[in-house]
Amino acid sequence: MIDLDFMAEAFRRLIQGVPLTLELAALSVSLGLAIALVCAMALHYGHRGLTWPIRAYVTAFRGTPLLVQIFFTYYGLGQFRPELQALGLWGFFREPFWCAILALTLNTGAYGTEIIRGALQSVPYGQIEAARACGMTRWLVYRRILLPIALRLALPSYGNEIILMVKGTSLTSIITLLEVTSIAQQLTSETFRAIEVFVCAGAIYLAMNFVVTRIIGSIEYRLSAHLRAAPDLVALPAGGGSA
Amino acid sequence: MTASDLLDLLGPGAGGWGVALLRAALVTFSLALSGFAVGAVLGGVTVFARLAGGRAAAYAARAYITVFRGVPDLLTIYLLYFGGSAGLTAIGRFFGAQGFIGVPAFGTGVAALGIIAGAYQAEVYRGAYLAIQRGEIDAALAFGMQRGTLLRRIVVPQILRHAIPGLGNVWQLVLKDSALISVTGLVELMREAELGAGSTHEPFAFYACAALLYLAIAASTGSLIRRAERHSLRGVRFG
Repeated sequence: MIDLDFMAEAFRRLIQGVPLTLELAALSVSLGLAIALVCAMALHYGHRGLTWPIRAYVTAFRGTPLLVQIFFTYYGLGQFRPELQALGLWGFFREPFWCAILALTLNTGAYGTEIIRGALQSVPYGQIEAARACGMTRWLVYRRILLPIALRLALPSYGNEIILMVKGTSLTSIITLLEVTSIAQQLTSETFRAIEVFVCAGAIYLAMNFVVTRIIGSIEYRLSAHLRAAPDLVALPAGGGSA
Repeated sequence: MTASDLLDLLGPGAGGWGVALLRAALVTFSLALSGFAVGAVLGGVTVFARLAGGRAAAYAARAYITVFRGVPDLLTIYLLYFGGSAGLTAIGRFFGAQGFIGVPAFGTGVAALGIIAGAYQAEVYRGAYLAIQRGEIDAALAFGMQRGTLLRRIVVPQILRHAIPGLGNVWQLVLKDSALISVTGLVELMREAELGAGSTHEPFAFYACAALLYLAIAASTGSLIRRAERHSLRGVRFG
């Protein structure tokens, strides 16, 4: 029933979409992280003129489907071609790749803002107090105390967000980007063997997400060395004697 | 395009898409709700298999959770839609039918959303189960409660209470995922917006309108969920 030769061939074709999928995910996650850091710090700083627009941005992007956001960027903004041409931005909005990057970045930026804001809030206040008592300026407190602790606290949730983004790149197949899902669809319409093709594609995504999980896990492990119990350097004699 | 043009385009009058969009929003809502309900059943069965089942059942439950949380939702939907149609066509051919048999779009959508939501809900229920105090179960056993009574009176009510915030997140996820069902041709909110954008060449207005309707559904159901959470915590002491 299952044709292994066909599966191998499908796998070879699908693998060709992996670089684009990874490129989309890596670019949008890193740009989104920058947005998230800035927005979360602004929310934490708490100036009213800043919090209001950021809240609106976060609510809008967390409350609507990513697919709507992608279509809105690509087709919706494409409607204003003369205006965009006048602004010199048409070269950007004409390319499905950059529209996808823009939509994915703004989407993950909104989720990331909430994650990092929560992490900043859960930094124990004593740490900030101690830094102030040492005479650190506000910026120095951010750089040396708040951000390092918050980023470590945020890491598990941010790992989930990265996985959601790797999965989210599959939606860009709908605006004609040739990544893994898009190739899977092509293969299906050529061969009518949906199950084999989509099982292969699913395995590729699972493998990518497995690697992401492992990387995040190892970063988390390295950053929490001071929270683990010290290893027993000297094995105590069994039965317990005086040390 | 002026404001009154926009009102004509998206309003309820003749030539306006208002009624069609609202009806499509209703389809989106019922699609998401049915998918969420199917997911509740699947998630419940899965968490039971993972926590109380034998080794094989627990293993299968973990595999289900890992696969459907790790694979893009769009891929799951394509698999069910194209795979389901291919399966039905093969069965049809076996009985002598000719040509392609498609699966019903709404049913496929509910099944796909249910399978995805089930994997997420299983994890929510598991976390909620782990949050139950051991002492409560010990106390119930000390009273001589049987397994069924223990589940019904102590475990399940508390799982539901602890699970409400997590279930709220899954609901928002399912609601947004329902937009992906538009690829099967089912006329829900996203597809209706696409149709409107295509036939009027006003994609900006239609996708903005769809986004606002999604936001409205998300916000109103979100406030309902927060009320349910407050209600569920009315007997809990803090501090």
